[in-house]
Amino acid sequence: MSKVQNLEKILDEFGPHLHDAPDEGWLADRVIDRMVPTHCPYCGVQCGINLLVENEKVVGFEPRYDFPVNDGRLCPKGVTAYLQVHHPDRLTHPLIKRNGNFEKASWDEALDLVVAKFKEIQAKYGKNALGVYSGSSLTTEKTYLAGKFARVGLGTKYVDYNGRLCMVSAGAGNYKAFGVDRAANPWSDIPMAEVLIIAGSNCAETFPILNKFLWQQRDNGGRWIIVDPRATATARQGDLHLQLKPGTDVAVANGILNVIIREGLIDNDFIAAHTNDWEAARAAAEKFTPDVASQISGVPAEKIVAAGQLYGRAKTGMIMHARGIEHHSNGVDNVLSYINIVLATGKIGSAGRGYGTITGQGNGQGGREMGQKADQLPGQRSISDPEHRKYICEVWGISEDELPEAGVSVVEMFDKMREGEVKGFISLCNNGMVSLPDVNRIRQSLEGLEFNVNIDFLMSEASRYADVILPGTSWAEDEGVTASAEARVIKINKAIEPIGDSRTDWWILCEIAKRMGRGEFFKFSGPRDIFDEMRVASKGGKADYYGMSYEKIERQNGVMWPCPTEESTGTPRMFEDFKFYLPDGKAKFHPIEYKGPKEVPDEEYPLILTTGRVVYQYLSGNQTRRIGFLVQQCPEPYVEIHPETAAKLGISDGERVKVLSRRGEGVFPALVVSTIRRDTIFIPYHWGEQQAANQLTNPALDPVSKIPEYKACSARIEKIHSRELPILGTARKGTSQSEVQRGK
Amino acid sequence: MKETMFVDPQRCIGCRSCVAACRECSTHKGFSMIFVDYFDRAETTATMPTICMHCVEPTCALVCPADAIKMTEDGIVMTALKPRCLDCRNCVNACPFGVPKYNSQMHLQMKCDMCFDRTSEGLKPMCASVCPTGALSFGTYEQIVPLRRTKPVNVHVFGNQRVETKVYLMLPTDSDEVSVEGVDAADPAIHESWIDTQAEETDKSNQF
Repeated sequence: MSKVQNLEKILDEFGPHLHDAPDEGWLADRVIDRMVPTHCPYCGVQCGINLLVENEKVVGFEPRYDFPVNDGRLCPKGVTAYLQVHHPDRLTHPLIKRNGNFEKASWDEALDLVVAKFKEIQAKYGKNALGVYSGSSLTTEKTYLAGKFARVGLGTKYVDYNGRLCMVSAGAGNYKAFGVDRAANPWSDIPMAEVLIIAGSNCAETFPILNKFLWQQRDNGGRWIIVDPRATATARQGDLHLQLKPGTDVAVANGILNVIIREGLIDNDFIAAHTNDWEAARAAAEKFTPDVASQISGVPAEKIVAAGQLYGRAKTGMIMHARGIEHHSNGVDNVLSYINIVLATGKIGSAGRGYGTITGQGNGQGGREMGQKADQLPGQRSISDPEHRKYICEVWGISEDELPEAGVSVVEMFDKMREGEVKGFISLCNNGMVSLPDVNRIRQSLEGLEFNVNIDFLMSEASRYADVILPGTSWAEDEGVTASAEARVIKINKAIEPIGDSRTDWWILCEIAKRMGRGEFFKFSGPRDIFDEMRVASKGGKADYYGMSYEKIERQNGVMWPCPTEESTGTPRMFEDFKFYLPDGKAKFHPIEYKGPKEVPDEEYPLILTTGRVVYQYLSGNQTRRIGFLVQQCPEPYVEIHPETAAKLGISDGERVKVLSRRGEGVFPALVVSTIRRDTIFIPYHWGEQQAANQLTNPALDPVSKIPEYKACSARIEKIHSRELPILGTARKGTSQSEVQRGK
Repeated sequence: MKETMFVDPQRCIGCRSCVAACRECSTHKGFSMIFVDYFDRAETTATMPTICMHCVEPTCALVCPADAIKMTEDGIVMTALKPRCLDCRNCVNACPFGVPKYNSQMHLQMKCDMCFDRTSEGLKPMCASVCPTGALSFGTYEQIVPLRRTKPVNVHVFGNQRVETKVYLMLPTDSDEVSVEGVDAADPAIHESWIDTQAEETDKSNQF
C-alpha cells in the first residue's frame, strides 16, 4: 500500500530544498514586534534563545544571555534554527496519497480516512494491529499524550519512541544501578570536578554548548580523559585519549577499575555503607589487568593505568557518557561498567563528584519518563507493576483491563510489521528511513503496511511511505515543556500561530482519539491542560513533576525533578544523602564480563564500521538538511579511513568508494585522516536513501535496552571504477544534495 | 570601549556557529565576515577562526588610495565608506590576516566592525555571544587574564612587518608575539584534504 512510486516528484514538491534567509530576505531595517524567549529545538542542552517576530513571522534570533545554561551561546544549528519555521518545504495542509501522488485534502477528509482505516484494521485483526511510533524531540506534554493516545485512544499495546535509538541503554543501566533514570548531577558541577572521564561522546560536535562547562573545568585546572575510537575535536583536547576499538568499552572500563582497585583507590566506607554486590564486580574487574584490557581494546596499557590513577587519585571527578558506549548490543553492560567505577570510588552525590548520561535529543530526558515507552507509564512507572497500573488507570479514568500490557521496542515493532501482526501505523517526530538500523528491512516493513499515517511538519524520508500525512507545527508554533540532559525541565514558548493549515501535534492526536470514540479521555484545550494531568499522573513516581507549574519553570529558569510539592524548587543534584532508589536504598554493582560486538571483522568484512554525527546536522537531518548554511558546511556523508588502510586499498583522499556490509552498500567519498584507528571506518548517519549509513548497520539489539548496535559492525571498502554518482549523490564541493536532486 | 575580542584557537571546535551568527549583524546582514579553517584535516581535527584583528595601524587603511577605511576612537577598523570605496581591492590583497571581503554587487569592501550596532548598545558581538567554547570571547584584558591559563598576545610578525592589534590571540604563557613564517605552497609536505578545500570554498571566498 505504502510504496514510494514517484520519488522525483515528491522531491520536487517537498524537498529537501535549501532555504537560507529569513522571510523577505536579509533586511537590515526590520521593526521587531516582539522577542519571544524560548529554547532551541535541537539537542539535549536545550539552549535558551529569543525568537524575533515581525508581522507574525519569525525573522531572526537574539542570544538569550539570561538563561544560565548557555548564557547566549548557540551552535550553528541553533543559530539557523529559526530558518526552518517559514521554510518553503513546510507541510501546510493534510495530504492523502492517491496513485502514488500526495494530494491536498481537508482535515475532515484526512482524519475521517485515518479513523475509518484504523477502525477497519482493528475490527479485522484486533486492537494490537495498530502501532504508534513517537519521538523525544516533542514536548513532554506530547510524549505523555502519545502514550495515552496509543493505550487509551487506540487501545493498542504497540507504542514506542525513538529514544529507543538514543538513551535507553543509559536509562536501563541507571535503573539497574541507581533505581532511577536521570543524570545525577547538574552541569554546573562539571567545573568543580578535577577529572572528567567522557566515554563515547564527541560532545564538541554533538552537544557543543556542553563544552562551556568542560572549558570552565579546564580553566580551573581540570583534566579530561576521553574514550573514543576517533581523535575527535573533543579527544584532541583530552589530557588522555583512550582510542579504543569500537565496542570494547567494557574492557577499558573494567581495566580502569582494575587499576583503581590495585592502587587502593577505592572508597571502602562508601562501598560498605551505600552499595550492594561489590565483591562480584571486583572479582569481574580483577581479570581485566591493564594488559588484558589493552589486548582487547587496543588502548596501550600505560594509558589505562594513567586513566585509573588520574581519576582514582582525584578528590573530585565526574564520568559522563553518550551514544558511543550505549549504541551496542551490550550497551547496558558498557554503561554499568562505568557506573561501577563511580560507585567504587564513591564519587557521587556532591559538588564535582558525579555521573551523567549526555542525553541526545532535545527532550531525551522528558521523553523517556512520561509513558511513551513500550513498557512504561507516566512518572517512570512500570506498565507491569500492578500498583503503578492501578494509579494511572485512576488518573485516566479507565478500568484496569482496558490498559494494555507492555508492547515491544521499535525495532521489534518493525519486525511485527513484516510478520503481519502490525497492519496500521501512525508515527510522529521520527524518520525511521534514516535513523533505524538496516533501513532496507525498515523499507520492507513500511511497504507491507495496510495503512500508514505520518505526522510531521516537513516531508521526511519515512513520510514518503505514508498514505496520509497530517501537517504538524514547528516548535515555534506551540508551547510546552522539555527536560534537558541534566533533567532541567524548561518551557518552550509559542512565538506565532501555526502556519497555513498546519495544526499542533497534540490537537491532531486528540482529534483522532475523539473520532475513534474516545473523546472523553482527551478533553484538552491546550498544552497547559495536558501538563496539569501529566503532573498528577507523575505524582509519587520517580520522575515526579507534581510540584511544577509553567510559572515556576520560567521563574526559576528551569526545575529539575523530582519536584513533588508546590514548595519544592526541584532537585538539581541527586543522591546527596546517598539514598538510592532501589528497594534497600543502596546502589548496586554489577559484575560485567566482556562480550564485544555481535559482528567480528573477518576476511570478507575486515573493517569495523562505526557511525555518528556531525555538528551541522541534527539526528535524521529532516530539519537540518534543508538549511542552506548547514548543508554548505556538510553537504553529504563521507567515510573516514586511516591513511595506511586507504593506501592498502589504493584509495586516495576524496575518491568515491563503495562501503559494504552484510546488509547493504552505499557510495561515499573517502576522507583519509589519521584521526581514526587503522581497523575502523566512520560514516555520519544523517542522510537517507543511497547515502544512508544505516543501510549498513547491524540491527542486533541489546537484550535489556533493545538499543540497536549502530556503533560497531563489520564492513569492507571497495574501489569503484565508474565515475557515475549515486542517484542522490552530489558533486562534492559546495553543491547541495537537493540542488542535484532538482537537476540544477 | 575597553572591551575587545580574544581568539583562542585551542578551544575552537570548528562548528562555525560564529560564521552563521555573523550573518545576523545589521551592518552586513546575510554576509559573514568570519573564516574558520582546518589546519590540516588529514592529521587533526584542529580548526581556527579568523576575525578582523583591528590593527592599531591597519594595513587595509594604509593601502587605501581613497582613505575610505576609518577607525573609531575605540580603535575599531570600520568597513569601507561606501561613497569613497574605489573598488580597487587593495585592502583585500594587503591585509596580512586575509580578512576584508569584497562585495562585487555593492562594489564595496566589507569587514568585521566588531558588531558596531551591538557593542554601541552594550551588547556582545554576535560571534562572541554564540561561540560555544569561548574560542571567541569579548571582554577586557583584565577580565580574561584571571579566567584563562593562556596569555593574551597582540603582536604579530609577518616577515618584515610587525603588526600590533586590538584583538588578542590566547597563546601559551611563554609567548610574547606570533611569528608567521613564509609558506611555500608547492611544498609536497603541505597536504590539503578535500574537506579543507570544501570549507575554504564555502567559507573563505573573499569576494562574493
